[in-house]
Amino acid sequence: MADHENDGQRFDRLPATPAEREISGRASREEVLEWWEDRFGVPPERFEEVTFWEKGAGKLWAFSADLPSPIDAEGLGITFLRTRQEHWKPTTSGVQRFAADATKNVIELSPGEASAFAAGHDQEIDRWEGDWGYLAAAHELAGELAPIGVGLYVYGELRSTVPKGNQEELAVLDE
Amino acid sequence: MDGKTREAAPPSPDTTPRNGSETDKRRGTPASIMNPLDRYEPLVDDYEAFREACNRPLPSVVRVNSIKADPERVRTALDEEGVTYEPVDWHDRLLKLPEGSPGTNWAYVHGWLHGQEEVSALPALALDPDPGDRVLDSCAAPGSKTCHLADLMDDTGVLVGNDNNLGRISALRHNAERLGVSNLVVTNRDARTFALDGVDEFDGVVADVPCSCEGTCRKNPDALETWTMNHVEGLVGVQKGILRRAIQLTRPGGEVVYSTCTFAPEENERVVDHALEVEDCELVEWDAPLETTEGITEWQDEEFDDSLTKAHRVYPHFNDTGGFFVAKLRVVGDSEDETTADAAADEEVSA
Repeated sequence: MADHENDGQRFDRLPATPAEREISGRASREEVLEWWEDRFGVPPERFEEVTFWEKGAGKLWAFSADLPSPIDAEGLGITFLRTRQEHWKPTTSGVQRFAADATKNVIELSPGEASAFAAGHDQEIDRWEGDWGYLAAAHELAGELAPIGVGLYVYGELRSTVPKGNQEELAVLDE
Repeated sequence: MDGKTREAAPPSPDTTPRNGSETDKRRGTPASIMNPLDRYEPLVDDYEAFREACNRPLPSVVRVNSIKADPERVRTALDEEGVTYEPVDWHDRLLKLPEGSPGTNWAYVHGWLHGQEEVSALPALALDPDPGDRVLDSCAAPGSKTCHLADLMDDTGVLVGNDNNLGRISALRHNAERLGVSNLVVTNRDARTFALDGVDEFDGVVADVPCSCEGTCRKNPDALETWTMNHVEGLVGVQKGILRRAIQLTRPGGEVVYSTCTFAPEENERVVDHALEVEDCELVEWDAPLETTEGITEWQDEEFDDSLTKAHRVYPHFNDTGGFFVAKLRVVGDSEDETTADAAADEEVSA
């Protein structure tokens, strides 16, 4: 089924449900909505106006409009999730854009931890009693919790996945 | 017209001879023998202040990205971190950072701020798109103006950010991603022949074309050192093609903003004048939020359409910014022309 292989040069809208899947391994919209709700408590309504697309193997994009699929383009909205691996991984921009109101798996960092995280450092944090895996790492800024990016929490350690190009040495805010 | 607009300077005497050996030298040679800004003495009010401003470095300015945070929260975040900032008096979404680099603070890392020149906020403000619109930015990279358009559209509708340079597109993609712009389609096409399946026409287009960049001399003096008239004339052909295509892609009643960061009338009024001649469009008034002067209608031995006075020239000494040119056009056409429809509706009401 050469026609149905994933084409890395174009964007295809995700099928609505697994039953409508034509390309092996491609996530469906239903599964993506379930994942955000299960992982971060982000309700499906948050994505009501957003369409989901795949370009390349497993890189999903969130586009706040709709166009006929497929589409030949360099970008379509923002990258927000990597699938086609055992544990799906949200992106920094995906968490910043869609996990601001997350209710689950958000680890609140102290000012010192937040600065270390933004600089790309891994750190021992043994107070976390929630799930292992990908967490939204957040800190308080201007009166509210703000997600900085994605941390991978395993064996008492929070690993920063902030991309190298985005890592910054930032001031430690006052407690 | 708004009160901030200065009167245009009187028509210029021809300061660039078009014949003879002196001209030949200027046309092909990098202009160590002349500074291209010399050409604008007859155009610019308070010419000395203009030249002095061109030699000063530009202040570092950021735009608040309200897709991710409102201005008040951004100011609170900067205060918490001890980052000093000053307001820009003509626009509450712009802040000056006198102490330096916009990239090294928390608000920036969260995508709440974007470093951009003050004048580069003009094209999106001039187009003033509505949420839900379909908008094209023909020459989008590195994306400051594109992301500003997305902000004004509340990150809804469809925004196409096109650029013909694949290398610069990665900067556009990076900026859009950081700022959380999710209504953007990024394409890599020639703006002169642009087409996209699924979008037959746009409500508005920004054509912020490649130019000789004289107005960026405060941060990039090379723009003046490498200036030649041959380069300018090469650009003019491209600029005309991009603006024509922008107009053709816009629905009747829709609007096109043409802008450059240069002073050269060849790349500004001459290009818009050409579009007025060959496409069904007209210049419209736009009340610029900062001090500007009118577009010119005469340059050397050329005359331009009288309506070019509706375009805006921004000189660096007016508002302590870079230099800029912006013109707003409305597409006229056979099908539903909004202006006509609105006028008819008004008449009915008054009758």
